Amino acid sequence: MNIYVLLKKTFDTEEKINVSNGKIEEDGAEFIINPYDEYAVEEAINQRDEHGGEVTVVTIGDEESEKQLRTALAMGADKAVLINTEDDLEDGDQFTTAKILEAFFEEKDVDLLLAGNVAIDEASGQVGPRLAESLGIPYITTITSLKIDGDKVNIEKDVEGDVEIIEASLPVLVTCQQGLNEPRYPSLPGIMKAKKKPLEELEIDDLDLDEDEVAPKSKTIDIFLPPEKEAGRVLEGEMNDQVTELVSLLKHESKVL
Amino acid sequence: MSDKLLVIGEVKEGSLRNVSYEAIAAAKKINEEGEIVGVICGNGELQALGEEMIYYGADRVITISHEQLKAYTSEGYGQAILAIVNEESPTSIVMGHTAIGKDLTPKIASKLNTGLISDAVDIEVDGDHVQFIRPIYSGKAFEKKIITDGLTFFTIRPNNIPALERDEARSGEITPKDLEITDIRTVIKDVVRKASEGVDLSEANIIIAGGRGVKSEDGFKPLYELAEVLGGAVGASRGACDAEYCDYSLQIGQTGKVVTPDLYIAVGISGAIQHLAGMSNSKVIVAINKDPEANIFNVADYGIVGDLFEVIPLLIEEIKKLKVTV
Repeated sequence: MNIYVLLKKTFDTEEKINVSNGKIEEDGAEFIINPYDEYAVEEAINQRDEHGGEVTVVTIGDEESEKQLRTALAMGADKAVLINTEDDLEDGDQFTTAKILEAFFEEKDVDLLLAGNVAIDEASGQVGPRLAESLGIPYITTITSLKIDGDKVNIEKDVEGDVEIIEASLPVLVTCQQGLNEPRYPSLPGIMKAKKKPLEELEIDDLDLDEDEVAPKSKTIDIFLPPEKEAGRVLEGEMNDQVTELVSLLKHESKVL
Repeated sequence: MSDKLLVIGEVKEGSLRNVSYEAIAAAKKINEEGEIVGVICGNGELQALGEEMIYYGADRVITISHEQLKAYTSEGYGQAILAIVNEESPTSIVMGHTAIGKDLTPKIASKLNTGLISDAVDIEVDGDHVQFIRPIYSGKAFEKKIITDGLTFFTIRPNNIPALERDEARSGEITPKDLEITDIRTVIKDVVRKASEGVDLSEANIIIAGGRGVKSEDGFKPLYELAEVLGGAVGASRGACDAEYCDYSLQIGQTGKVVTPDLYIAVGISGAIQHLAGMSNSKVIVAINKDPEANIFNVADYGIVGDLFEVIPLLIEEIKKLKVTV
């Protein structure tokens, strides 16, 4: 089975966000594999171990993205592809990303494509469905279970807490939701092996794409932080009185009851 | 040329979701003078739902009833909406950023070769320029975005852009449309209802969230009771989900749901940065925690330092009293 995983590097969830001149400060920040993409990597490895085949992780990014790809290789993926857009693209949007991936996958023989259901930075959740649509394959988002039997695919999909049981067939693109699996930590031998696994680097020229074709349709014009929340009042006194006071404050002062 | 704004309505359990009305208000923000066309997909009688969209500000509504639209699939709904888009050639498309909105809109954007701004919480119009405000890094920051080319296509986060006043005096045409819907490759075999009855977390005005401090699955019972008297929903921190006190679908935070209710009551939650990202833009935050040093108190408007198993029952009683006197 040819299994591909779409992967994005994101800020570590521990990171505080700093903004200067309408841009996020990236200096010194720790980057990780987007946590939802980690579920995708883990699932891809499990499916390969069960059904055979090969797992390729694909990212669009810069030189630094190699680190996250190596982590995925250390987890157990077989090959990695870095589409480096650093020199060619100033900024892109989800349209751009999906177009680049479309060009990459056009000639590929894909059975299963996995991605995170959302990236924790920009959180649009668009790229997976956009790509599936342009490749002409069905997609199922926010999956929590994946069973493959020959060409048949049985999926459990989280829909705002309810579970849909879905039947589809390969090829298919799925986006992964929490609860699908427990991503493993790379083992030491895994990390050693990962250093020797193939990592292919491409630029958009290699995909026969012009910058014009991938020009974004939307643009970020400013980034700002939400107003700092001031610590509020901690109530005091007998517990009974505190609760009475709280309800009164919620009703009369903040008017939310 | 005057604007035509398409609002994709979403039906849940026989009614339109509130965010569909909010989407009408969002469309009005884009262009007060534009024509607002609602679209409703489903199976069966959709006339009454169409009327509701009119009462909330739509000028006319197109309904598409088809067996294949009874339950949502991206392929069924995608075909229906694309057919309407091709016929109507709107200048804007708006939908709620719900499970269905998230699933459907990228497909349509891909098909139309357009941009899409997901999950807007506010819209600012400056002359001809429309700017969308949306949270990034789960609300740790916000970005201002514009569409630079093509259709103004966006989804809005529930609970942020207020719906217009319902006005039964409004009237408009409701047009049923027959469409062929074919070639559905994904089949929904069954739906297992796991979400608690009542209010959906992403649309709830009041959320009671429990953390590790709740200690067990049983410990969540008083939280559910409080949610019931308040007409709210129950959520949880990652700690509580990892400890299997509750289902992951309840998780609020940087992984999990990002919520902005009017009132957020954090119970036994320490307030890790990942959790705060998911809830700190709530309008009013109450923290109940044993540990006076807990980080959650730094974002709370009101705090009670105490044992939640003592505080919550008292709170339930107090709120019941309030409801009686109203």
